Amino acid sequence: MIISLGILSATLLIALLLSVRGARSAGGTVSLEQWSVGSRGFGTIFVFMLLAGEIYTTFTFLGGSGWAYGRGAPAFYIIGYGAVAYIMSYWLLPAIWKRGTAWKVLSQSEYFTRAYGSPALGNLVAAVSIAALMPYLVLQLKGLGIIVSESSYGAISANDAIWIGTTATVIYVVLSGVKGSAMTAALKDVMVLLCVLGLGIVLPYTLHGGIGPMFARIAAERPDFLTLPARGMSPSWFASTVLLTVLGFYMWPHTFGSVFTARDASVFRRNAALMPLYQLVLLFVFFIGFAALLSVPGLKGADVDLALLRVTRDTFGPWIVGLVGAAGLLTALVPGSLILMSIATTLARIVRPPREGQPADSATFARLLVPLLAAIALFFTFRGGSTLVTLLLMAYSMVTQLFPALFASFFPNARITAGGAIAGIVVGEAAVAVTTLGGVSMASIFPGWSHGVTDINAGFLALVLNVVTMVLVSRL
Amino acid sequence: MTKPYRLLALVPAVAILGAPWFANRVEPRILGMPFLLGWIVFWVLMTSVVMAIIGALDVRDP
Repeated sequence: MIISLGILSATLLIALLLSVRGARSAGGTVSLEQWSVGSRGFGTIFVFMLLAGEIYTTFTFLGGSGWAYGRGAPAFYIIGYGAVAYIMSYWLLPAIWKRGTAWKVLSQSEYFTRAYGSPALGNLVAAVSIAALMPYLVLQLKGLGIIVSESSYGAISANDAIWIGTTATVIYVVLSGVKGSAMTAALKDVMVLLCVLGLGIVLPYTLHGGIGPMFARIAAERPDFLTLPARGMSPSWFASTVLLTVLGFYMWPHTFGSVFTARDASVFRRNAALMPLYQLVLLFVFFIGFAALLSVPGLKGADVDLALLRVTRDTFGPWIVGLVGAAGLLTALVPGSLILMSIATTLARIVRPPREGQPADSATFARLLVPLLAAIALFFTFRGGSTLVTLLLMAYSMVTQLFPALFASFFPNARITAGGAIAGIVVGEAAVAVTTLGGVSMASIFPGWSHGVTDINAGFLALVLNVVTMVLVSRL
Repeated sequence: MTKPYRLLALVPAVAILGAPWFANRVEPRILGMPFLLGWIVFWVLMTSVVMAIIGALDVRDP
């Protein structure tokens, strides 16, 4: 227990030291551009670390193994959507980067303001993105609490861990901005790779005699577990969910920030070939979940997220548990810091927009916002109940609704107006709210239709309404 | 999308999106994995290969 606690605290300390070094090398006064997009000077490796940094979150670590453990084959969609999203990134990210850099914008909402010449649209996008990011941040903090309390064998309560982790994140975001996140992301990636590859290979072998025998046993005991079911999470659920997730993949506001850190557009072209390989780390996360299924059975409901930590605790000593906990800690801190930075930058630029002939120095203001935003997230973390999964799914559907307007911004000949974009987003978000909060499902909208239709992700309906509204209102 | 070799990118995308129809079974197992998982993993690897090829061709002929 003392060993695992030691490793956890050492990791937190190293993360803080890295950020202080980042801050010192940045020198004296820092502009908002330096703080939030690293002066747009990052090469392939730094951008890779940032983009990977925000993709491998606590959800991947705990949720990925939890899904394999709790649901089996439907979990495979998580590997699938990443690869398809990276194919799209080859064309999408250079297009965003090219425009965003020419316009010198720092945030997603500013991108929309400039693209459509409409501050109203920019403010709407800011509102959507902040509403979607808050639950996402809360989810990271909750994950952090679970990881630290489990891997310290209960010595640190989840609540204490959340307080300590949030304080550390605030300190290093304020000190060093995006550079600190990139440095910590590198440390995180090394630890996650070591832990996931190690556990994903060692656990199936020591517990079940290998990957083949492990799957053979699952196939014998749970014959339906390794294929998609005919209803519910069926083939049409799989394909529509992959497609919808791909469209939403790069719509997160903090992803725009990472895109703008790139030195040139070729950075994204190289990353499109690198990222799919990195995605395969998830395969080993699944192996851990499947190994746990046979050796620590019986976790139900939200507890499936504990599968990875439980099987690690049952099989190994505190050294390994500490390392896994530390890696998990960083998977919460890095995305958490990028989210905080993204909300702070968005707000700072709205409250204090850059003016001609005046240095845009809202950096201090943005940094002051960080502790305030963290406090709000803490409030929701301790107050929000079990509805978190609903909120996360809703957040994803919310940002996906920004895709049509973004896509249209690449094609001025399509004559999509700011009014059309606003109407489309409003209608799309309303449809998302009705389907996720109101409990309206595809089956209740299309009663009596076959499962091939009713299993389609309801987000698609919202997206179709969004596009139709956008085009119609633009033509008025 | 003017250059024909860029259409190669559609192959892994279709293979992954269509996976539940092309490959929704356990046998034959690939490296011990159920066929569905093995199929998706194979196409994720191919995504990397295809994107590297397109990238290399685009550098030569921007």
